[in-house]
Amino acid sequence: MHPFTYVAPRTLDEAVAVLEQHGERARPFAGGTDVLVQLRGGRFDLDAIVDLKGVPEATALDLNGSLRIGAAVPCYRIYEDSAVAAAFPGLIDAASLIGGIQIQSRASLGGNLCNASPSADGICPLIVHSTVAVVQGPQGERRLPVEEFCTAPGANVLGRGELLVALEVPAPEKGFGAAYQRFIPRNEMDIAVAGVASALTLSEDRATIASGRIALAAVGPTPLFAAKASAFLAGKPATPETFAEAGEIASTEAAPIGDMRGTAEHRIELVKVLTRRTLAIALERAQSNR
Amino acid sequence: MTQQETPVRKIPVACTLNGQQTEFLAAPYQSLLEALREVVGLTGTKEGCNDGNCGACTVSLDGRIVDSCLVLAAEVDGRQVDTIEGMAPPHGLHPLQQAFLEEAALQCGICTPGFLVAARALLEREPHPDEHRIRLWLAGNLCRCTGYDKIVRAVQSAANKTT
Repeated sequence: MHPFTYVAPRTLDEAVAVLEQHGERARPFAGGTDVLVQLRGGRFDLDAIVDLKGVPEATALDLNGSLRIGAAVPCYRIYEDSAVAAAFPGLIDAASLIGGIQIQSRASLGGNLCNASPSADGICPLIVHSTVAVVQGPQGERRLPVEEFCTAPGANVLGRGELLVALEVPAPEKGFGAAYQRFIPRNEMDIAVAGVASALTLSEDRATIASGRIALAAVGPTPLFAAKASAFLAGKPATPETFAEAGEIASTEAAPIGDMRGTAEHRIELVKVLTRRTLAIALERAQSNR
Repeated sequence: MTQQETPVRKIPVACTLNGQQTEFLAAPYQSLLEALREVVGLTGTKEGCNDGNCGACTVSLDGRIVDSCLVLAAEVDGRQVDTIEGMAPPHGLHPLQQAFLEEAALQCGICTPGFLVAARALLEREPHPDEHRIRLWLAGNLCRCTGYDKIVRAVQSAANKTT
């Protein structure tokens, strides 16, 4: 492994300056659960690691109706915060699922997003929550929807000197519910063969879906926002038949490959099943969210 | 001087290690696991996979279990690190260590320090976890010898002996 220096900035400006100076030879660092493994595996070399855990904006977890998750906030802080857990069960589904307890002590949803794995468990739940990624760089701040953040397997939109600061999750509307599930052949500590996050908001009559969002993991080059299946949900009755049809549509938006974890056909079927199931859980949560 | 020849300046690290104030020098790219074993000389923490899959290198960092292979030594400056070496009282064994012996919950032993540190963290939070909870909590620790049943029984046994 190429030797690198360890930089622990105290401000966003310092972090951006170091990242800009080194370009591709530096990376932001939160839990290290991806970047250290990739360094040792020789995927790339770095001259500097920029630890964001001393930067207040990257380590704050603020619930104020909406939720702002600093990019370096580890998973356990999200699911052990009872107010956050009560308000955002769809995010907890992922935060409590990534790795084991040791990994959850370190790994962050922000890091999960930046790592841009197609099978990331954390990204699809953020997408269905309409989360905004807050990016800081040499030209200041910019914001973009999470579904536009990943550009290819392991690649994201961050340019030279840019870093992800935080994730802003809108306050759940009345009648909103969300859920994430993945399929793995083991019980824990595995990478999704396929995963689906679903969210829906019920109309005033509490029987009709006002709007919905569906996102798919491990069935394309990046986590995918299933635009057609999401649009289909609007105005439909919140019934198992609707959920099954949404699953069929979502499966047409998936573009899986076959690999050691599963065949493309298997993944297509999983999208149908997991869409149905996550919509049903999202409905239960929506009904209890008055 | 080319980049490769640039001497990397070591970083002074001062932490509370098993209750003792400890200072050492670590290279900036050195993991906590490497520093514990090769700099400080505490070899009870084991290297298994060195990529966060197996949990053999589990230590407690500010009261949370982590894979020490995925922590940089430089990060623990000012923090509290607890390893397997701090687990037993001065005379005798920790109840979990005793239970692992009685239940034969180890064979080759490489995974054992990690399991013990992780199980201790569980019992400190939840003194009487059920089997499902134990298996979930220990999912980040791999054992290739025992098949896990004896480990789970040992944790249950230690839990039952505490009131």
